Order: sequence, then C-alpha cells, then structure tokens
Amino acid sequence: MDKIQENLLAEIAGLHEIPTGAYNIRANGEGAGRRSTEHIEITTKQDKPGIDIHIADNTVRESVHIPVIISETGLTESVYNDFFIGKNCDVTIIAGCGIHNCGTQKSEHDGIHTFFVGENSKVRYVEKHYGEGDGNGEIVLNPQTIVHLAAGSYLEMDTVQIKGVDSTIRTTVADVADNATLIISEKIMTHGKQHAETDFTVDLNGEGSSTNVISRSVARDDSTQLFKSNIRGNNKCAGHSECDAIIMDNGQVGAVPKVEANCVDASLIHEAAIGKIAGEQIIKLMSLGLTEEEAEEMIVNGFLK
Amino acid sequence: MLELQNISYIVDDEGKDKDILKDVSLKLDDDKFFVITGPNGGGKSSLAKIIAGIYKPTSGKIIYDGTDITDMSITDRAKMGIGFAFQQPVRFKGLTVKDLLELAAGKEMKASACDYLSEVGLCAHDYINREINASLSGGELKRIEIAITIARGTKLTIFDEPEAGIDLWSFSNLIKVFEDLKKKTMGSIIIISHQERIINIADELILIANGEVVKQGTKEEIMPLFTGTSFKCKFK
Repeated sequence: MDKIQENLLAEIAGLHEIPTGAYNIRANGEGAGRRSTEHIEITTKQDKPGIDIHIADNTVRESVHIPVIISETGLTESVYNDFFIGKNCDVTIIAGCGIHNCGTQKSEHDGIHTFFVGENSKVRYVEKHYGEGDGNGEIVLNPQTIVHLAAGSYLEMDTVQIKGVDSTIRTTVADVADNATLIISEKIMTHGKQHAETDFTVDLNGEGSSTNVISRSVARDDSTQLFKSNIRGNNKCAGHSECDAIIMDNGQVGAVPKVEANCVDASLIHEAAIGKIAGEQIIKLMSLGLTEEEAEEMIVNGFLK
Repeated sequence: MLELQNISYIVDDEGKDKDILKDVSLKLDDDKFFVITGPNGGGKSSLAKIIAGIYKPTSGKIIYDGTDITDMSITDRAKMGIGFAFQQPVRFKGLTVKDLLELAAGKEMKASACDYLSEVGLCAHDYINREINASLSGGELKRIEIAITIARGTKLTIFDEPEAGIDLWSFSNLIKVFEDLKKKTMGSIIIISHQERIINIADELILIANGEVVKQGTKEEIMPLFTGTSFKCKFK
C-alpha cells in the first residue's frame, strides 16, 4: 500500500495500521487484505462484486472494518456488501470510501450495503466519505443502504461526507419491526460546484418501532444539496426527521421532508431549518477575539462535529 | 482608562430618526467597579454595545487607554482587552461549554475550565461537555455566559444585566461572583444592573435616562435620585 492509499485509509477509517478484529480492505477494485474472526466471517460474493459478512449470534463488543480506497483515475465500480447479523449481537461496523483522483477521468464508487439485523441485536454503523486529488477528474460516490431490522433490534448509522466529493446521491431504505429502532445521523459539507442528495425512506412496520433521522449540512460556494426523507408510520410507532442546514456564499439547500401516518397510533414529526449563520453567533465569537472568518469556521466545525 | 466623548446614537424608527443616546460623555478610571443603572429603554445596553463595538455610534469618539477605538472592530477591541457578557446569551448548535471556555481563556488558561463553572455555581461535571443549545435553560445559559466572560480575564469587562434570568436562589451566588471579581481587582468592571445588591458593591454609579447621563458619582450621590424602593427616576 502506497502513501496515497495510507492517507485515504486514515481519512475514512482513522486507520494507521491493520485494524484489530475482522476487516476487508478493497483498493482499486481488488481485495487488499482480509481477516475473518471466530464470530465474524467475510466471504467473497460469487455472482457479483462484493462480500458477505456473517456475524454469529451473541457476538458482542466486536468490530468489522470494510474500507474502500481508489487511487486510480477512471475507475468506476458497483460493490455489493451484505451484512447478516445474528441475534443478540452488539457490534460496530466501520465502512467508508476514499478516492484520490489526480487524473482527468471520473472515478466512481457505488456501494450497495444491505443489513439484515437479527432480533435484539445492536449495531453501530459508521460511514465516512472523502475525496481528494489535484486533477480535473470528477469524484462520484453513490451509496445505497438497505436496512432490515428484526424485532427489538437497534441500528445507529453515522454518515459523514466533509470533503472533496463532487457528486453524491445517498439512498437509504429501511423497514423496522416490533420495538426496533433506527437512528440515522448524517453530516455533509459541500463546496465548489459540488452536489449532494440524500433520500431516506423508513417504513415503521412494527408495534413500538421508532426512527430518528437527523441531517446537518453546510453548503458553501456554489454547491447544492437536496434532502429528502419519507417516514411511513404503518403501526403504533414514533418517527422524527430533522434537516438542519447552513448556507454560505451562493450555496443552495432544498429540504423535502415527508411523513405519512398510515395508523392512528403513529406519531410522526418532521423539522427543517435552513439559513445562514446567525449574525449574533458571529458577534459573540468576535467578542471573544476571533475574526469574522475564524468565527464562521468555528461555528461550521462545531455544527458538523 | 475608557473615555466616551460626545457619543450620540441615532436609529431609524419607521422612517424617523430616534435618539437612543444623546451626546454622552463619560470617563471611567482603571480598576474600578462601575454600575450603569436607570430606567428601561434609557440607552444603557446600547451604550455597552457601543463600547464593545457591536453598535457603531452616529457621532462621538471612544478612547481606550489613549487609543481612539471608535472605528475598531469587535475583534480588535476584544484583543485590546475588552470583554462583554451578553444580556441574552447566544446559542450554538454543536459548540460545547468547554469549546467557548477554552476560546475565552486562550492559551494561557490560568484556572481549569471547571473552576470557572464552579465560580458561577454550576457543577462542571454536568455542564462542561454540554452543547450551548436550546437544551439549556435561560438561567443556565446566563451563568455559562458569565463564566466565559470571567475566563477571558480582560482589563475592561462589561456585563449587560447579568441578573436577568437568574433565579432568586442563585442570585446571592451571583453577587458573590461580582464581589470576588472586585476583590481580585480584575481590571475595570462595568455592570448594567437594576439590582440594589449589585449597586451596593459599586465604586461608582452612572445613572442614564432618556439617552443621557443624568449623573456619575458615588452611591451616596446617586441613590437619593431614586424614590423609595422603586427605580423611578426623578429626572424623567
């Protein structure tokens, strides 16, 4: 692995060395390292690119890293990763994609992740997207996440895209069974002429199911963003979605939150707030000695922290 | 020393000029504890914001330690050692109490962030990592604002109605905070206040009404200008 690839790995997964626990590293479309453990088995798919991750029942306090890095220009790939998580597990899954494109051709990675979360299991899923490069080649990431939550299970999904991705369309579809909970938290910052779109559809099918979809984003320069969410309450359930965006320069953000109550006992809320940084926040930080630009920077960094 | 020379502040009120401050001149010596008091709407908060650079006066000059700071930015004034505690503290999504305390205290943080919170009667353990957002009550925010301002350790510190929003139980502690500040002779302190117990610890009072300085002097000189226990100004 060269310096560029090591840097990408550090950016998306915080990895400076081989991780403990199970892992699968994909670099430029090929496997660059894998380890299965006693409870977590990673196998290559036979019918299409990607891997299957099987996590045995009752696996607790274990983690799986599955970073993807691309440093070749002009590489376009779709990868299918399926997670089969047994019952009563408590695991952390760290995914993410880093692209270094110093050429002129488009580099694109479309990761399709499907989660089958077993009864009473708890999963924390962290995904970070990062792009860099000094060429004119476009960096495109279109992740799809499909989540099936069994009764009593819990999945918390943290996604971050802070830098360097020219175009992204994130699609997340989930169905949530009895007393299961899905928490989604996304943080996005776009700049230049970038475009980012997110589209969440959550079906709260089970009694006592719940979801909380929280998006915080900053659109700078001439970048554009669109946030779409649709929470369908099909049983006695609780759903909440919140889109909170800061616009700067000529940035544009659209929010289309939708809630659909198909059961009289469904309780659904959506909130969306878009605006520039409040003048009084800048004044407060200036009164503590920061310049206007430093104050903006601190507010944005805190907002996306 | 801070000197205000013929400060006027006029705002637009539905197409008409409205005088908020009229030809205000004041001299505030170093290492003294001043309380600016007077009826609501008299121009006290505007005066404080003009000193901090948040409002720009329509005319007049502000001289601080011999330098004309009238056209200086809020940032430059802060760097010169002017601190300001807001009457209505600002909320920030994502920034924590610790973030702002560290920013305020700078690299040479004399006490730990926790000590500043303890000073204003907040349990540091419970608050240090809290976001300064809508989950904090008005009183909590206010005390955090005061802690942040104290942490700066500035040469001139202005508190705009620090008692507003503080519950009665905490009020005695607040008085103690200001008494301690005075004992530590932390430079000059200007407090805008209506509270008699804060007025009692002032070295000098400045009475402002209708945009004008009615009188600057000791408590003994100013207090007879009020009638009874209410703060009704005879000059209104």
